[in-house]
Amino acid sequence: MLNPRLKLNKNLFEEKVEQIPIRKGYGEGLVKAAELDSRVVGLCADLTESTQMHLFKEKFPQRFIELGVAEQNMAGVASGLAAMGKIPFISSYAVFSPGRNWEQIRTTICYNNQPVKIAGSHAGISVGPDGGTHQAIEDIAITRVLPRMTVISPCDALEAKRATIAAAATDTPVYLRLAREKTPVITTEDTPFKIGKAEVYWQVDNPKVGIIATGALLYQALLAAKEFGDIEVMNLATIKPLDEKGILEFAKRCQKIVTVEEHQVAGGMGSLVAEFLAKEYPVPIEFIGVHDQFGESGTPEELIKHFGMDKDSIVKAVKRILKR
Amino acid sequence: MELTQEKLEKLREKANDIRTSIIEMLVEAGSGHTAGPLGMADIFTIIFFHTLVHNPKEPKLENRDRLVLSNGHICPLLYATMAHAGYCPIEELKTLRKYGSRLQGHPWRERLPGLETSSGPLGSGLSQAVGMALADKIDHGLTSSRRIYCLMSDGEQEAGATWEAAMLAGKERLRNLVAVIDRNNIQIDGYTEDVMPLESLAEKWRAWNWHVIEIDGHNMEEIADAFEKSKSIFERPTIIIAHTIPGKGVKEFERDYRWHGKPPNKDEAKIALAELRTLGGKIRSEHQ
Repeated sequence: MLNPRLKLNKNLFEEKVEQIPIRKGYGEGLVKAAELDSRVVGLCADLTESTQMHLFKEKFPQRFIELGVAEQNMAGVASGLAAMGKIPFISSYAVFSPGRNWEQIRTTICYNNQPVKIAGSHAGISVGPDGGTHQAIEDIAITRVLPRMTVISPCDALEAKRATIAAAATDTPVYLRLAREKTPVITTEDTPFKIGKAEVYWQVDNPKVGIIATGALLYQALLAAKEFGDIEVMNLATIKPLDEKGILEFAKRCQKIVTVEEHQVAGGMGSLVAEFLAKEYPVPIEFIGVHDQFGESGTPEELIKHFGMDKDSIVKAVKRILKR
Repeated sequence: MELTQEKLEKLREKANDIRTSIIEMLVEAGSGHTAGPLGMADIFTIIFFHTLVHNPKEPKLENRDRLVLSNGHICPLLYATMAHAGYCPIEELKTLRKYGSRLQGHPWRERLPGLETSSGPLGSGLSQAVGMALADKIDHGLTSSRRIYCLMSDGEQEAGATWEAAMLAGKERLRNLVAVIDRNNIQIDGYTEDVMPLESLAEKWRAWNWHVIEIDGHNMEEIADAFEKSKSIFERPTIIIAHTIPGKGVKEFERDYRWHGKPPNKDEAKIALAELRTLGGKIRSEHQ
């Protein structure tokens, strides 16, 4: 059942569950963060509406900077703004930022230790029709390896809003991983969020398998749990720093783990969980994600099925691991 | 502060002391860059001892100007100038590039108070300086007297990110921003116009709405004047294209691109130090 403490969306499994793009939650969160702290500034590289930064731009035009198609410059300019005491948020598609401008993020933001917040929209293959060029499925890997970087992958628009507000209040670089398409709203305004804290969203009495999911695929994991029974589901919204205590307890309780992410299996969230558990509490793990391929055009539903990340694929992985 | 003949003479001596320190630290380190640091020593001297609003005893001074060194590989010069200005002991210069040193092979902001940015990867400094200038503009508007200085190499004019930053600074009319290009015509692989022709540099910068000043990068008065003149430009950022001689001060090193990325060995350092200490033969012996 849904963890009652977390006050999750009661209509989650209804056919007409409310759907909002995760990136929209970011846009609203940024406005809120800017209201709370006058040091917040917004930078965008010709994708203001698409990344939902237009909400901030309309409200705070003096604190908005349009850089044109220049993501490398955007990272460096943000570092300079942070050096003068600002809290810069930079928005683009994840393929371009933190993709194209990775070295600038490494040197001018992380090595310099400046608290720039990088919002990468259109992450994952569910970007859909735009095709493989625009589907970032390597961004967790390239951000989690950077010292000082916090990596957050919200499961829905409301969590994205909370994560954005929380990111503005930290003194570290943060990467916010955001999806393009409308996805089911899993949480509510009352659901708690804390950077670095994983939460068990679906609980059962005697779990045989534990699913650790991040991002919008958490919904597919919850559908699988509801269908299969005997499964617990954890929402790992903060990928780095990893909630080691929470994951250790979860692994001890469930004994077998399936990780679910819209990202390359290599170097992603599942890899990080495996690195940790291999050292602390080795258990069998199955990895749901993209296996060394690029994305392609299609509807989000078609692509999630094609790459084996839908509810049925998760159930199959659960069955596989039960035989191990 | 007025630049009297007396002060100019003192600054020339200071530049010579800094060049001497550069040779001493490079020979001790056994690796590092020689030509660029020697070539930019006069400009750094003017900046740190005449132009910049700063306080070595209070590196975080609230109203200080900002200095961004983009081509971090000439940091022996930055460290030597900072040491002579009082940011760290001159004796510490001998630790350059060594384990545990605050003077990393390329600048690491957090290691040494007074460093505004980390640098080394080329083409990123101007972006950071533009960010600083924008922050100052957001906070203090068009009447701010703060200056943001960015020092670049000519080689990094080949990096696309430099031009991304140049465009934004022109668009935002950052009058508080002054960039300097060390136009010494060399880079690691050879002479710039052979590796990748850059001319006409001045026209390129004008095209992005910058005010361009070209100077002799070894004429102390011209250097100081250029920084002063930039303050009167209102609607545009200023770029100072400083024509310099790589390896300046040591005849044997001058204009030879092979000195871009290597240090002098002990014998070469001896020749260089003798030349610097006698001001190229102007005084009779290095003991005077």
